[in-house]
Amino acid sequence: MALKGLDIFKLSPKKNCKECGSPTCMAFCMKVAQGAISIDKCPYFSDDAKAMLNEQTAPPMKTIAVGSHKLGGETVLYRHEKTLVNKNLYAVAVGTTLSAEEVDAKLADLQKVDYERIGERMYVEFVFVANTQSDPAVYAELVKKAAATGRDLILECWDVECAKAALEVAGKNVILDGATPDNWEAMNDIATAAGVVLGVSATSLSDLYDTVKKLEGKGNKNLVLDVTGKTAKETLANAVLVRRTAIKDGDRSFGYPSIVNVARLAKGDDHLQTAYATLFTEKYGSILVMEHMTYAQALPLYGLRQNIFTDPQKPMKVESKIYPLNGADENSPCALTVDFALTYFLVSGELERSNQPVNLIITDASGMSVLTAWAAGKFSSSTVKKTFETLDIENKIKNRTLIIPGKVAVMKGEIQEKLPGWNGDVGPLEAGRLPKYMNDME
Amino acid sequence: MAFTPKTAPFSGKINAVTLGTGDKAIVIGGQNVMPFYTFDAPIENAPKIGVEISDLAANWDAPALNEFYAGCTTMVDYAKKAETMPGADFLCLHFESADPNGENRSVAECVADAKAVADAVTMPIVIMGCKNIEKDGELFSKIAEALQGKNILVLSARNEDYKTVGASVALAYGQKVGAETADDINLAKQLNIMLKGLSINPENIVMNIGTAAVGYGFEYVASTLDRVRLAALAQSDADLQMPIMSPVSPDAWSVKESTATEEDEPAWGNREERAIDMEVSTAAANLTGGADAVIMRHPAAIATIKKFITELV
Repeated sequence: MALKGLDIFKLSPKKNCKECGSPTCMAFCMKVAQGAISIDKCPYFSDDAKAMLNEQTAPPMKTIAVGSHKLGGETVLYRHEKTLVNKNLYAVAVGTTLSAEEVDAKLADLQKVDYERIGERMYVEFVFVANTQSDPAVYAELVKKAAATGRDLILECWDVECAKAALEVAGKNVILDGATPDNWEAMNDIATAAGVVLGVSATSLSDLYDTVKKLEGKGNKNLVLDVTGKTAKETLANAVLVRRTAIKDGDRSFGYPSIVNVARLAKGDDHLQTAYATLFTEKYGSILVMEHMTYAQALPLYGLRQNIFTDPQKPMKVESKIYPLNGADENSPCALTVDFALTYFLVSGELERSNQPVNLIITDASGMSVLTAWAAGKFSSSTVKKTFETLDIENKIKNRTLIIPGKVAVMKGEIQEKLPGWNGDVGPLEAGRLPKYMNDME
Repeated sequence: MAFTPKTAPFSGKINAVTLGTGDKAIVIGGQNVMPFYTFDAPIENAPKIGVEISDLAANWDAPALNEFYAGCTTMVDYAKKAETMPGADFLCLHFESADPNGENRSVAECVADAKAVADAVTMPIVIMGCKNIEKDGELFSKIAEALQGKNILVLSARNEDYKTVGASVALAYGQKVGAETADDINLAKQLNIMLKGLSINPENIVMNIGTAAVGYGFEYVASTLDRVRLAALAQSDADLQMPIMSPVSPDAWSVKESTATEEDEPAWGNREERAIDMEVSTAAANLTGGADAVIMRHPAAIATIKKFITELV
């Protein structure tokens, strides 16, 4: 974990030559320890010392890239400690036990969930292709079909010949989830030759740890760990202990992203799958494998994921624009609020419940809530005027009623001054009262 | 080199709080590990599930849910039926209709309902109000009085009314009181301290640290749960060691994912299925974060969460 300046100083050349720009070696080492400067700035550190320091100052959990996706790289166990970095991704499982028709139907189905939520594309990122037979041609055929979806692949295959055949048709964006304590050497050769990520599984954490050590000994650190156990309870223990060992105890041999096969734990119970997927979104699953992904499952799960993996220091924002609700057109009244995602969801949800057509105008307030933005000067008559100009609302909307949030009733006068012709109408203090307010207005 | 996981319970412990009386009484809390971390130490009391019964339940619009309560007209009918629901541990009577901005039903009528239910059922009872501070204050006090000896929990005392609610519910009538705050560890701690300041025994306090449906700012709930639990366990903060109860259903059933009709959102499919998954996911997320009890509505969602808890504890 974090190395102290003095530890680094012990390895330094102690010449105080100032070539690095620091007055002394000691000062330089202190800066290196804080991460303020790279050790490469010093020309006199020996390569051995550099390698050792790089190893020790590396983050506790590796970031593994598959195609355009990034997994792992976490530095904390809880999001409030700093932030979580890489959101968990989803896979849908197909396998050699299914008929060709079933496979086609599942592959077509998994592409149906594909939508945008607060600027993020929500879809099934991976196809998980399970192999349980020994004919390489059969598996390769299935993998080819899965690859045709354009999604990245996870090949769960413990048979070396099948894995070889599959990798030939699978493309580059692949995780070969096939290494076990028995076959790790052969699987390692195939995965490294093909340049793909290798997935490791074992029946116990101790075996998993030993296998990872052996793979690392061969120089392969491009790994993910399949922590799926026999039960949900065992799987949670695996996922938590692996992550905790890496981040809290600083043992990098468990510092890899994880795969959790939720489908296998829930055994065909869709609602239970939703519950398990929720659990492993919060507790350390990097890729969650589902039996399928319906909209009913996707809406809560992707929503939760978007919440959990937001940076606590950066609020979620929605785009500043006109959102016509309940079939609103240019003759419908306007309602104004800020671009803080939570505010947008609450206000738009309540306005929709009113069943009254209304144009919700979202103004740029740097993602702050109404009162915070108002206090910070990010939500004022001037910023509203700017939004009206940018969005060309004068010309786009004929109705001249503008409902402003009840909490900033004081802005009414200024807004009417800045936006001549508009009638400000003070809305309720809480979003929950909007349906009644809208219907009373009618 | 063999791998030996480092596992250990914390020195701090969540208070164990008993709700209800007799055979059906339940205990929530009591554990000294993070939620479901059975590998650190056994979980003393599995999380519990409450069934929400609203006095506006007649407006519920979901075929399987309505089918379950078919023929029920009074709150007593609903409560008796809810007691038979697989997975149910306690009942939550939700007096939404008391809202002065809504139906504005009188306190006397609500109290009569609560009394009738309490006489007809054996499961522990939790009371939720209408969110109107003044009305709730009166309602809570009257219900606590009418149900003396039943060891009910009243959700909730808030910053604005903790004195009246805390004093009447917990001190005068010996019931359990909920401490409700909005997604902030400091507010939660402060309210607990103020309730203790009224000389309410901490063993009589349950927390509601704030709620949201998943996707709707749940990060605040998740981080508050994490922080509250870590403070209670790792730092043995006695002002945060109260068990947590999360009312899940009111949020889960009111977001767009659960309310949009199939005509409005044809791609989304069956509305009831969506609402069930929304409720399941929100409940599971609360339990994963640290809730010791959740309040839910749909029989299918409750059965799922019951299985989820059983598998994990």
